Amino acid sequence: MFEIFGIPSQALFGQLLLGLINGSFYALLSLGLAVIFGMLNIINFTHGAQYMMGAFTAYLLLQYLGIGYWWALVIAPIVIGLFGVVIERLLLQHLRKLDHLYGLILTFGLALIIEGLFRNYYGSSGQPYAVPDSLQGGRNLGFMFLPNYRAWVIAFSLVICLATWFAIERTRLGSYLRAATENPTLVRAFGINVPRMVTLTYGFGVGLAALAGVMAAPIYNVSPQMGSDLIIVVFAVVVIGGMGSIMGAILTGFMLGIVEGLTKVFFPEASNTVIFVIMVIVLLARPYGLFGRGA
Amino acid sequence: MEQVAEPQVVLMRRDTAWSVGIGFAVMVALLAAAPFVVYPVFLMQALCFVLFASAYNLLIGYGGLVSFGHALFFGWAGYVAAYVAKVGTLSIPFWLGKLVWLEIPLPSHRPELALLFGTLTAAILGYVAGSVAIRRHGIYFAMITLALAQMMYFFALRAKFTGGEDGIQAVPRGRLFGLFDLSHEMTMYVFVLVVVLAGFLLIYRIINSPFGEVLKAIRENEHRAVSLGYKVERYKLLAFTLSATLSGLAGSLKALVFQLASLTDVHWNMSGDVLLMTLLGGLGTVFGPFVGAFLIVTMQNYLAPFGQWVLVIQGAIFVVCVLAFRRGIVGELANLLRVRL
Repeated sequence: MFEIFGIPSQALFGQLLLGLINGSFYALLSLGLAVIFGMLNIINFTHGAQYMMGAFTAYLLLQYLGIGYWWALVIAPIVIGLFGVVIERLLLQHLRKLDHLYGLILTFGLALIIEGLFRNYYGSSGQPYAVPDSLQGGRNLGFMFLPNYRAWVIAFSLVICLATWFAIERTRLGSYLRAATENPTLVRAFGINVPRMVTLTYGFGVGLAALAGVMAAPIYNVSPQMGSDLIIVVFAVVVIGGMGSIMGAILTGFMLGIVEGLTKVFFPEASNTVIFVIMVIVLLARPYGLFGRGA
Repeated sequence: MEQVAEPQVVLMRRDTAWSVGIGFAVMVALLAAAPFVVYPVFLMQALCFVLFASAYNLLIGYGGLVSFGHALFFGWAGYVAAYVAKVGTLSIPFWLGKLVWLEIPLPSHRPELALLFGTLTAAILGYVAGSVAIRRHGIYFAMITLALAQMMYFFALRAKFTGGEDGIQAVPRGRLFGLFDLSHEMTMYVFVLVVVLAGFLLIYRIINSPFGEVLKAIRENEHRAVSLGYKVERYKLLAFTLSATLSGLAGSLKALVFQLASLTDVHWNMSGDVLLMTLLGGLGTVFGPFVGAFLIVTMQNYLAPFGQWVLVIQGAIFVVCVLAFRRGIVGELANLLRVRL
């Protein structure tokens, strides 16, 4: 045990770890939002609800089918991703020619429907979800105690974020995607099925949200409103980072998580609001966000 | 680009005069008769939301700016109004090298002062939030307003004077100008009706002023408005501040009607509600907010026993409105009758 700025190291690093965990979720969610926004020009307000559905899928799989965490990590993103594909085909594709704001309003409505339905059946109290056996316990690093599960969440979300970045920025499929973002008509003329790509992109972004939900389930309780509070913070993260760059979304997510964690140590009253305050400062100094390009 | 034929515009103007006049007469007649048939507190609640939705419509329907954070102005104005009505003394923090509290002693139990200070608070908040939010357009604007409102929600949760989870309860309605006792339901109803109608007419006047015309021009084509030499930012900021101010008037009034200011009114759900009312009634129509507010408040009251189904139904209305019904009820009606409402 030692002290930094009069704060015991346990407390400081503990909050820093929590900040990193929150940052992982901010990064995963804002990444999904950025990917969806790039292709569909829609800000997906349902993202929080889909994150919550991911967590609930994990919970229900365990409760009724006895399927554990590791399989849930695979199944939930696929199931919720398919749900996203259905939503895109049924609803979102009709909005393509309208003002972007209608997409925001429609997905907001969807979020209300989903949250309302889950609240009907599960109330507003949280359901616990146990940490998988293989990740129980933790290790003492000397200056702090590191629970295994939390280390796993940070490492795994980093891997997912970087893999997504690689897939979009460095592969052939990613280059089609970026080309279709720039000029869909021209890309279609080359024989690429752009509408299908748009649908799959939405499914992928939603799958990312569900994946984050499964990872969050053992840390926070599984509750119907777990997504709606988070999504507003993620919106602020997106405004701060600017949605122009994938790497920007990832970096901003992790960075803000850490800043929030540190605020909890030094100035706990402001920990809920610090991200919003940063948003205001960034807007005043760099209106297009840290990584954004002027429209 | 599409050309607007001159004669049609003249025709529309003449239409505007009589169809809006008739609509207004019908509305006033309904509201005058209603308290003899319907529970007055319900009517007063709906009327507060009529003003709130009309103020919101000024921004979204005529300015084309979608705010997801109007609960901020509605709720905070309610807190200040409730505080002034109950306690009286206002403490305003000042920064003079160190934090200094400026104490303004006010008489409590004075509804007119409560409304004044509530509305003033919303105006200041609107100016500040507007200056930040109008730096970005479209979706970003919506996200920024939502984030700002959420930030102030947390302040309301933490601050001492708001009473946190409890809110400010047992707010006295007091005597208007020291003359009219507002604890009497009918007196209160007349007072609310007069304030809401005055706000409604003011909004109508703003929409049809030269300022309102420029606002509509910015909504239709911002770049062209800029190229014509209009200082677009200033117009947007003024529209945002006006909308926030009138939302604040509605919020202050609601605090007096229910004798309560609570977290519900600053929560993002409230921002969603007002968007829903305006969208359902008809964006950019004069009477849309009136129809939308009454429908949604009625639905919320009747469906209250069914718990979370309210949320589900509201969500479904959003989806249907966006997919099939973008003009809203009044907008469709006006289109059918070929008049402006």
